[in-house]
Amino acid sequence: MSDIINFLVGTWEALPPLVQYLATVVSKILLVAIVVILVVAFSTYFERKVIGRMQSRVGPNRVGPLGLGQPFADVIKLLIKEVIVPAKSNRFLFVIAPLLTLVPALAAWAVIPMNDWFVIADINAGLLYVLALTSLGVYGVILAGWATNSKYAFLGAMRSAAQIVAYEIAMGFALVGVLMAAGSLNLGDIVRAQGGGFTNWFLLPLLPLFLVYWISGVAETNRAPFDVAEGESEIVAGFHVEYSGVAFALFFLAEYANMVLISSLTAIFFLGGWASPFEGFAFLAPYGDMPLIGWIVAGGFPWLFIKIAFFMYTFFWLRATFPRYRYDQIMRLGWKVFIPISIIWIAVEGVMAWMHLGPWSGLTI
Amino acid sequence: MNRIISYIKTFALWELLKGLSVTQRNFFRKPITLEYPEEKTPQSPRFRGLHALRRYPNGEERCIACKLCEAVCPALAITIESDVGNDGTRRTTRYDIDLFKCIYCGFCEEACPVDAIVETRIHEYHMESPGENIMTKDKLLAIGDKYDAMISADKAADAKYR
Repeated sequence: MSDIINFLVGTWEALPPLVQYLATVVSKILLVAIVVILVVAFSTYFERKVIGRMQSRVGPNRVGPLGLGQPFADVIKLLIKEVIVPAKSNRFLFVIAPLLTLVPALAAWAVIPMNDWFVIADINAGLLYVLALTSLGVYGVILAGWATNSKYAFLGAMRSAAQIVAYEIAMGFALVGVLMAAGSLNLGDIVRAQGGGFTNWFLLPLLPLFLVYWISGVAETNRAPFDVAEGESEIVAGFHVEYSGVAFALFFLAEYANMVLISSLTAIFFLGGWASPFEGFAFLAPYGDMPLIGWIVAGGFPWLFIKIAFFMYTFFWLRATFPRYRYDQIMRLGWKVFIPISIIWIAVEGVMAWMHLGPWSGLTI
Repeated sequence: MNRIISYIKTFALWELLKGLSVTQRNFFRKPITLEYPEEKTPQSPRFRGLHALRRYPNGEERCIACKLCEAVCPALAITIESDVGNDGTRRTTRYDIDLFKCIYCGFCEEACPVDAIVETRIHEYHMESPGENIMTKDKLLAIGDKYDAMISADKAADAKYR
């Protein structure tokens, strides 16, 4: 056994540094991508179970134990279906649009810190990168709607474009508040700025921005109650009305990957990411060596996962509760409510930081 | 004042939180789903499902070809032809029910003076090829023979309300 390990270690050390570096990065990327795709698969199951229970149903329970095989059954079904390309569509754009939605949703995971040390790319402008990539996803939606050459798809794409443009601004302003509070654009540093128990999280001092960010995030991912881009009762399925098989599966995957992404971003910006809520509590400190309490206090990926799961649950909870917003109400909410609220709160935050009040007193302007 | 309260409520998302609490309460409630093939809803003895023709205990057909059921059938699903049999009684030579036309109203059962045609509790049946929707006299009698105990019990249970 130790011979094999020695041999493997020896082989690894004999590799040139560039190859070592590439192998590490690629394996990190694969690890994150596979975990994200698995989480996406099971979040569809989670969604159907949660919404089922909220409607006094049981949800999927036929495939495998507790219905846990359902996501795989769905994927296999979609994979073996035919992809129909409409005759008068723009074939190239029609095929590339699902990829354009999916790739940014997965690429944004590059800067998400999973815990104190695991992040694929620890870049200083992580927040900008995230903003750039989340707004890139809308191109896939618009291109899909346009390339399909169908009225319903086109209407859906137009709605989606207007909606995402409106909410992107509120979202960006909410993040300005976060970066003012943390004093950094690096996502890892933003989490570290919130360390030391849940009283240090940005949730309470930035509560209005948290609500604006979260609701804008729901709108950004085109989820209920802001899913006018695919409003079934009005425009059938919106921008992906003509997509079937794998192409549809990619849109589906992108939507859920975006949801998980928004959930993890909200957790990182406002709920302290991987940090434990009980960190730095004096009365828990003596028990830090005990296995369970030690784990609870320490923080790490499980805490991030719990927070993501909570926000995913909230996504489904909102969907089970609220009827779809009317289109003009969505626009009103975005432009006339969220943008003013976030601007006002940024001003309040700036004044407080200038006067050395509140949690930003350490911030130098 | 009311205006201020309504403003506060709006910005605290009060109504939205109330709605969310309703769905959250339902989340913890037990699902009311009946998982059909394993669990079934209780049935009344008056359940109107697949038809059957009954016999007397001595094996003689009850049906006397009076054609009241054919006359009362609102969907014209029943077709009867009759003739005098070997023992000198009038019997049906043909008794067809088209299950595609039948609306399971139970009028045939009500009209029958000798309780020959009945609707049983059987409702989980299917047809695999065209033509199987026509229930012939033989098929109806076979169902009556097979489920005689159930039909008699259901009739007895319902008798006191008639």
